[in-house]
Amino acid sequence: MDLISNLGLGFATAASPENLLFCLIGVILGTLIGVLPGIGATATIAMLLPITFQLEPVSSLIMLAGIYYGAQYGGSTTAILINMPGESSSAVTAIDGYQMARRGKAGTALAVAALGSFFAGTVATLLVALFAPPLTVIALKFGAAEYFSLMVLGLVSAIALAHGSILKALAMVVLGLLLGLVGTDIYTGTPRFTLGITEYADGLNFVALAVGVFGIAEILRNLEGEQDRTVLGTNLGGLFPTREDLKQMVAPMVRGTALGSILGILPGGGAVLASFASYTMEKRLSDRPQDFGQGAIAGVAGPESANNAGAQTSFIPLLTLGIPANPVMALMVGAMIIQGIVPGPNVATEQPALFWGIIASMWIGNLMLVVLNLPLIGLWVRLLKVPYHVLFPIIMAFCSIGVYSVNSNVYDLFAVAFFGLLGYALIKLRCEPAPLLLGFVLGPMLEENLRRAMILGRGDPSIFVTRPISAVLLALTVGVLVVVLLPSIRKKRDEVFVEAD
Amino acid sequence: MTLTKTLAGLAAGTLLSTTAAFAQAYPERQITMVVPFSAGGPTDTVGRLIAERMSADLGQQIIVENVGGAGGTLGAGQVAGAEADGYTILLHHIGMATSPTLYRNLAFNPLEAFEYVGLVTEVPMTIVARKDLEPTDFPGLVAYVKENADTITMANAGIGAASHLCGMLFMQALDAPIVTVPYKGTGPAMTELLGGQIDLMCDQTTNTTEQIKGGTIKAYAVTTPARLAVFPDLPTVSEGGMPGMEVSVWHGLYAPKGTPADVVERLSASLQSALADPGIAEKLGELGTAPSPAADATPAGLKAKLEAEIARWKPVIETAGVYAD
Repeated sequence: MDLISNLGLGFATAASPENLLFCLIGVILGTLIGVLPGIGATATIAMLLPITFQLEPVSSLIMLAGIYYGAQYGGSTTAILINMPGESSSAVTAIDGYQMARRGKAGTALAVAALGSFFAGTVATLLVALFAPPLTVIALKFGAAEYFSLMVLGLVSAIALAHGSILKALAMVVLGLLLGLVGTDIYTGTPRFTLGITEYADGLNFVALAVGVFGIAEILRNLEGEQDRTVLGTNLGGLFPTREDLKQMVAPMVRGTALGSILGILPGGGAVLASFASYTMEKRLSDRPQDFGQGAIAGVAGPESANNAGAQTSFIPLLTLGIPANPVMALMVGAMIIQGIVPGPNVATEQPALFWGIIASMWIGNLMLVVLNLPLIGLWVRLLKVPYHVLFPIIMAFCSIGVYSVNSNVYDLFAVAFFGLLGYALIKLRCEPAPLLLGFVLGPMLEENLRRAMILGRGDPSIFVTRPISAVLLALTVGVLVVVLLPSIRKKRDEVFVEAD
Repeated sequence: MTLTKTLAGLAAGTLLSTTAAFAQAYPERQITMVVPFSAGGPTDTVGRLIAERMSADLGQQIIVENVGGAGGTLGAGQVAGAEADGYTILLHHIGMATSPTLYRNLAFNPLEAFEYVGLVTEVPMTIVARKDLEPTDFPGLVAYVKENADTITMANAGIGAASHLCGMLFMQALDAPIVTVPYKGTGPAMTELLGGQIDLMCDQTTNTTEQIKGGTIKAYAVTTPARLAVFPDLPTVSEGGMPGMEVSVWHGLYAPKGTPADVVERLSASLQSALADPGIAEKLGELGTAPSPAADATPAGLKAKLEAEIARWKPVIETAGVYAD
């Protein structure tokens, strides 16, 4: 059978001592940069590109891929421990993960994240190996209308992210959408809301925004009162999940993996939605939705699995079409070109050892990560014992370095400071930052695809309902709206009845 | 790179520089090459390829720094204001020539802010379409587009992108306004072309070569004066009846104005030796392009190119009435 011989070739390639070593270097580096707040995989891979010239093409790509998914693991660590998500996907992990940490269950949260990621990584790798070509065909069916409907579904679902007032969540989504408008309008070339600052012509930097509203704001909040600090410092709790915890994480993990695998395939932003969508789904399906936002295990297991599955399947468009799905993939394309391999539809047939070697290395890398991360949990948790007057300046320094390294743009640092203050104000107003972040990420895509679909449809909005995939997604949106609104309607009715009694 | 090769390169470089005193002193530390686009893109790839060879020749590391944003004008502006000591250089593409027209309030004058090191490469472009578009040849495409001007769509990578410039030329030559759809970069645009969501695109061979070879998209013409070695069967735009539509994404190496002449000369000699390296030619060849000839990889060659291109694009952009500010 083809698949088995292909996978055999892949594992033979990936398991050579040299490639194993580079895979290990990649995942260790990835974990480290993931743990350092603000420094993302993009910046690291960009810095390491020159080094990879000297390596064999397979080895260099295996190492770069390792950095990428290693950073996904590491990113959750900071999100859980200090509420500092380095990537959009770990923003969701921060919601319940950080609450678990504050309740002394940091070790459990980290272990749940690592195990969920490993499970998702394994399944997604298998999917890539089995179904890459047919899945590509589905991804290509997504045009502007489909993306628009998908974004609408994502944004509507985001409202369910909040555990407080629906109105406030809506306001945050809208604020995020507005912040996403900053930058040059790609259709007319007009700069919008840039305050005349050329450095903002390409929009606000996501990392700057995330680090500001989550991390810096959290540091400011922590500096407020003595009580909050002692909670984290003294009570670390069990390091490993109990049998009960494990039982709670299985179903969310499976669902998250499925969701992440599907969304990850879509080039351009699908993977971003995965962790948000998974969180929404878990909250809806849970019989204790009130636990979400207070440290629910499902709120960590689901999104973590979803984001890791999405990270793996986002290799599909790269490997089968030569199309990068995100900035990290774009760097991988650069690395391939410099190695003399131009990515395209022929890579799988012309370079089978490279193609299958990378796929096999993904699974090996995921195994290494879980082996590496589980024993490290104790160490990470102990980091919380570092006194805040030492920890905070270090975090802020790393954040600044990390944010600056993305574009070498000092205005990104001003943005961190501004959004730190804004985030603090939002905490005081009891508004959640997660819907804001989702609005910020999806807003530009929503607008871009809406306008593109309208151009392609020659101004006829029926394009959104006459295209089947788009119509189904919009129908799902209506469904989500009903499910979100029903309980509050029912509650109102109940209240009426109570009063009537 | 072997030691002898490195030494040979160094020796050649020193011989070429007549003012030996400075040549020996420069470069004494690492050089920063600003690429005004994000890492991993086609311009970045060209930059990193030549940076590696020039490092070997100069005996000092050239570090590529990506300062992306605003169509390359942010990075270019940064180098324009950098210290003119030869330790900050800029790799920019055709955008250097279109920016003074596209950006009406550009903070620097491309013709006055830089010393020219040399032309690096001219990447050809191809006119491509979704694989099931009816016409079988370029004249057929021209007729088809004119006939179906109200339903056909053409992708580009945003205002001022090479694909946009090429599309403007195509439409002005056709004299048929067709609907253009901008994307954030040619990657997403290519995805939609592959999926048949859009009909036409004009893009660099860097992005299209493998797709054309794989049969996932259809190619109609190349925008070079002569046919390309990779696609001997693909006609040029002139052959297809559209002379004057030649366009290439040319890349040049610059240093801030006031960089000492002997330093510029040293850099230029180093660029020429890098471009003469068969390994570079081979890698550029895989991207469907070739190193610029030694005569063009000179300060005079780049200056002439930039002046000619600024003059060429000004009326094209003004006719189309699109600006990026």
